Amino acid sequence: MTFLSYLIQGISLGSIYAIIALGYTMVYGIAKMLNFAHGDVIMVGGYMCFFATSGLRGNFPDGSVAQTVVPGLAGLLLAMAVCTLLGVTIERLAYKPLRQAPSLAVLITAIGVSYFLQNGAQVLWTSNPKVCTSVIGRGAITLGGLSISHVILLTVAMCVVIMVALTWFTGNTRMGKAMRACSEDKAAAQLMGINVDATISMTFAIGSALAAVAGVLFTSAYPTLMPTTGALPGIKAFTAAVFGGIGSIPGAMLGGILLGVIETFAKGYISTQVSDAIVFAVLIIILLVKPAGLLGKRIPEKV
Amino acid sequence: MKKFLALLLALTMVLALAACANNGGNSTPSEAPSAAPLETPSEAPAENPAEGATAAFKLGGTGPLTGGAAIYGLAAQHGAEIAVEEINAQGGVQFELNYQDDTHDAEKAVTAYNTLKDWGMQISLGSVTSKPCEATAAKNFEDRIFALTPSASSTAVTEGKDNVFQMCFMDPNQGSASAQYIFDQKLGEKIAVIWKNDDVYSKGIRDTFVEKSGELGLEIVSETTFADGNDTDFNVQLTDAKNAGADLVFLPMYYTPASLILSQANAMGYAPKWFGVDGMDGILTLEGFDTSLAEGVMLLTPFNADATDEKTQSFVTKYQDKFGEVPNQFAADAYDCVYAYAQALEAAGATPDMSAEELNDLMIAQFTSMTFDGLTGESMTWDTNGAVTKAPKGMVIQDGAYVGM
Repeated sequence: MTFLSYLIQGISLGSIYAIIALGYTMVYGIAKMLNFAHGDVIMVGGYMCFFATSGLRGNFPDGSVAQTVVPGLAGLLLAMAVCTLLGVTIERLAYKPLRQAPSLAVLITAIGVSYFLQNGAQVLWTSNPKVCTSVIGRGAITLGGLSISHVILLTVAMCVVIMVALTWFTGNTRMGKAMRACSEDKAAAQLMGINVDATISMTFAIGSALAAVAGVLFTSAYPTLMPTTGALPGIKAFTAAVFGGIGSIPGAMLGGILLGVIETFAKGYISTQVSDAIVFAVLIIILLVKPAGLLGKRIPEKV
Repeated sequence: MKKFLALLLALTMVLALAACANNGGNSTPSEAPSAAPLETPSEAPAENPAEGATAAFKLGGTGPLTGGAAIYGLAAQHGAEIAVEEINAQGGVQFELNYQDDTHDAEKAVTAYNTLKDWGMQISLGSVTSKPCEATAAKNFEDRIFALTPSASSTAVTEGKDNVFQMCFMDPNQGSASAQYIFDQKLGEKIAVIWKNDDVYSKGIRDTFVEKSGELGLEIVSETTFADGNDTDFNVQLTDAKNAGADLVFLPMYYTPASLILSQANAMGYAPKWFGVDGMDGILTLEGFDTSLAEGVMLLTPFNADATDEKTQSFVTKYQDKFGEVPNQFAADAYDCVYAYAQALEAAGATPDMSAEELNDLMIAQFTSMTFDGLTGESMTWDTNGAVTKAPKGMVIQDGAYVGM
């Protein structure tokens, strides 16, 4: 019984990591850069959702379905719009001028953007934490003493949908093919008539829209929102992406869920004090055995 | 593109200059004092004619004004500002306040401390949070600049330093006071503790709480931890406490993780009694937080913004007018610090032309002998270790407000 409840808690936590990892891995796979600001775009998405929901909730009768659904949807749309715009702007201003620079320079820039967003959010919205209302309410379904919250069911479903959609998109559409070509060899792609800049901008747009979805779901599951909210889950999700094989879309999902489950079991059965050490020890062992991550090998061209 | 960037740069510089000019208005210029740090009293009147001929004591402090812990640093800075304004308006002892940002980072705190020293700081408010304050307190001790920290509560801040004092409870005192309170009021028999193992504040309280509980015969049935980066999901910790049958959960932590713990416990249908510490203060003003989740949460805190006494009321009103929010205990602690300094300086007959070292000796003598009434406690006294003695107030949250127990 305890085992099952830990398993469900692990999957819940893991599904959150997975949905963040999907955006990370997508951008890495195509632009070949670690976008450390991804976690902070998630934070911005969370704030947008917070403002939309807290602003609109008063317009509906208390306790009605519309009171949860309408502001929730509006929050999601606003977050996606703002984050997409933000992602493209960041790419244009901070990363594009460094297209030919060594990857280390881009990495440092990404860290800089991450701090810029955190401190910008603090100036705009202060460092006082805010508590979000879940976009689909706080309900849960109970199965023989085990409870699974609606947010988690939605998160897992969204993860699967996004994973399938991204895999289809990169595999079957013109834009997706262009992305894969850029990922393999930018110069060759350009020679083939692919607009590399536009393709990479598109990647950032999609990655940031995914970050917005992740932000909305993250703040629904863990409602306390601060300017630093995105930083640490971002790092965990990055770990998850590496775990599953960075660049691989199904790998990000698998890595996220596994990371959540291992972390929860380590906390529950071994010790809450060293759970992170255990998680990262498992990561090291996996990377020693499979250097490309769990699913990294199967898709060698990365996405 | 290049032109646009150049414009942007130019604009940034103009803004930066404007910001400097602003600072110059209410404190001394930042360049001059490094050359002659102690001559500033003669400059101060010229710089700020509103202060008249009276020179001011240079009071400096560091705290997280940006970053994740900024809520504490800004509150302390704001509280101190209000106190300085009030005291300066009375005409007696005059202060010049300078708060530097340490982003809750020990290294940056030392840099900020050095900036203050160059500015000519004579007495210090230490640092707002424990980790940075451990670093700056060591410098205060070395340089013989007296420090009274509003809120850095770990023992290492004052340990072995004769000139570093605290306005807040020392962590161990909070832990044992909480255990004693739970025992005296028979609040629970099986106790769970969830604490943050990378935080000296949380660990310090937990250690003495567990020790005192052992002495009193309170049974601790579950003890779990979390850390930075692991502070959003508490299901495992709560499941553990629930399975162990804990009827009271002790939360030695700040209110941000505590708010998540309360909502996750509610989601899993676990409703023990909750007992917090002063870091829990602020949970009710958390924007968007469903205060019904905190119903019945008990905490020991030195300051209550809802208190009806005149002093608290006037402070809360001023703070709200000026900064648009309800002050927390950090603001009140810092406010008290400035008033305690004013009282001590006056009693010692200190003058702003004294050196930091002279003031240091006077302050040590004053603080170990005086009694101070402030927002955060009546008849406070300090021992030679720098720890304060004041009575913690037991509060319980009822209908979204603190009520004394």
